[in-house]
Amino acid sequence: MKFFHLIWCNLKRKKLRTSLTLLSVVVAFILFGFLMAIKQALAGGVSMAQQNRLVVRHKVSIIQLLPESYQARMNRIPGVDFATHQTWFGGIYQDRKNFFMQNPVVPEEFLKMHPEIVLPPDQLQAWLKTRTGAIVGRKTAERFHWKIGDKVPIQSTIWSTAGGSRTWEFDLVGIYDGTKKETDTTPLFFRYDYFDEERQPNRGRGLVGWYTIRVKDPTQAAEVARRVDQEFENSAAETKTEPEGAFVQAWASQIGNIVLIVAAILATVFFTILLVTGNTMAQAVRERTGELGVLKAIGFTNAQIMSLVLAESCLLTTLGGMLGLGLAWLVISRGDPTSGLLPLFSFPTRDLLVGLAISIVLGLLTGIFPALQAMRLRVADALRRM
Amino acid sequence: MSENQSNNGALVRVEKVEKIFHRGSEDIHVLADLNLQVPAGEFLALMGPSGSGKSTLLNLIGGLDRPTGGLVTVAGERLDQLSDHRLAAWRARHVGFVFQLYNLMPVLTAERNVELPLLLTHLSKAERQKHVETALAVVGLSHRAKHYPRTLSGGEQQRVGIARGIVTDPTLLLCDEPTGDLDRKAGNEILDLLQALNREHSKTVIMVTHDPHASARASRTVYLDKGQLSNEPVK
Repeated sequence: MKFFHLIWCNLKRKKLRTSLTLLSVVVAFILFGFLMAIKQALAGGVSMAQQNRLVVRHKVSIIQLLPESYQARMNRIPGVDFATHQTWFGGIYQDRKNFFMQNPVVPEEFLKMHPEIVLPPDQLQAWLKTRTGAIVGRKTAERFHWKIGDKVPIQSTIWSTAGGSRTWEFDLVGIYDGTKKETDTTPLFFRYDYFDEERQPNRGRGLVGWYTIRVKDPTQAAEVARRVDQEFENSAAETKTEPEGAFVQAWASQIGNIVLIVAAILATVFFTILLVTGNTMAQAVRERTGELGVLKAIGFTNAQIMSLVLAESCLLTTLGGMLGLGLAWLVISRGDPTSGLLPLFSFPTRDLLVGLAISIVLGLLTGIFPALQAMRLRVADALRRM
Repeated sequence: MSENQSNNGALVRVEKVEKIFHRGSEDIHVLADLNLQVPAGEFLALMGPSGSGKSTLLNLIGGLDRPTGGLVTVAGERLDQLSDHRLAAWRARHVGFVFQLYNLMPVLTAERNVELPLLLTHLSKAERQKHVETALAVVGLSHRAKHYPRTLSGGEQQRVGIARGIVTDPTLLLCDEPTGDLDRKAGNEILDLLQALNREHSKTVIMVTHDPHASARASRTVYLDKGQLSNEPVK
């Protein structure tokens, strides 16, 4: 710590140059924060996926529906604990930008399948008693200032009521939370019986979007998936069964390989920062050759000189990293900027720590060559350059 | 000072020293078979024309460079036998340097410049500050402690340089043209200071200079020419 003042003063020597370099590091880490949040939003569902859950969809595409009658047959397959279904409703609230997920479900089965969703018992009872009842996650309830007892009109982009209207009205009977911070609390769930009876008879009645199966033994999940697909082989609606994680991954991959895209952008950004900061440090050491010679003359060892230069570059990148990550965290913590397209938009603590580690590594990489150069300086030669 | 006495009474002993610089395929013999002894407490002036090897000899005595041949022994320590790491630690403990161009860190105040050698010791912050105040008081610059080098005159900057040189209470003070960049008045003040350090604080001082006026302040003057020392000026 006693060398900190010296390191700090050296960093302040060329204020404009240091500020511009610092700014470029800050911008890079803001970008890092946002890309990590987007990755989390698009692929984060994978981490929340359960090992004991399988998703069964139509073999051709997720938008093809499956018969409701499959549920009973699935429940009879060895290894299956139970199955339940959901259907994509594709609704908006008042305006197109107010998009979030709404799915019709069978309440008790759905909550049993998803223990990560926490609904108070009295609200569950109200849901079971109210045919038009719906529950919504805390995030969406707060976003639209909804409270229990409200009537919520949702316009579906897919389903019409028997009367021909695209607007479905629900009674809000519950607001749920998640057991984990990462649990998505944006969707709205309403009763399947209301949905099925109310939708137009010739438009998919008796059909559901996909099934979720809970297996008795997670180690047998692959075998159970094979049995399910075998059960519906050569039927009018063949199935594709996969682990929940793979299903979510495939969903996210519709817009490309998120991890690869993020990694490619970040690699480019950090490589550029490596050059910018490396150049700053190289110049700083070159300009200071004589002073480094003086430090060596008064007794600083080669290792101490090397450490001083490395500490300076690490201070620069870590300071920039912390500022950038802090700003990114502040903005990201305000929530999904897309009004519902990225419900899991958040900056995970793990990525924050990875960002900090990258800033330190960046400092070491950019400082190592100037530091070695400073270490190898011969005192007498350096003093001649004052 | 038992360590001084162990070196046959001489604090600095230079024996048959040779220094050759290599420039491309050319060898430049700067010092050849040079001998010098400096007793503890002496104020020695080292004179000679430009390029005669004065600064090279000073660098060898201060452990900033290594001789091509021969021995340099200071306070009983054979400098050629020390590794780079130990030589740096030895310099921190035993040698104070005063440079012609002061060589202060422009980003540090006078007191922080003086503190630099103390950062290598185990002294606490308060102890370091006390030593800094004492050194600045010795050179008469206590009132300029918080000033940056750019706000000090040349003479004041050199006094800060001297304070930095003496703050660790070194065995030996090596001065390379300490008045070379100063006017007569400021130069005299610096020479007064060096003389006082030698007489009142018993510092052994070796000073490289071109200036006969400066060398007159020393207790002995030696002359260097073509790599050889003599007690008479070069003609």
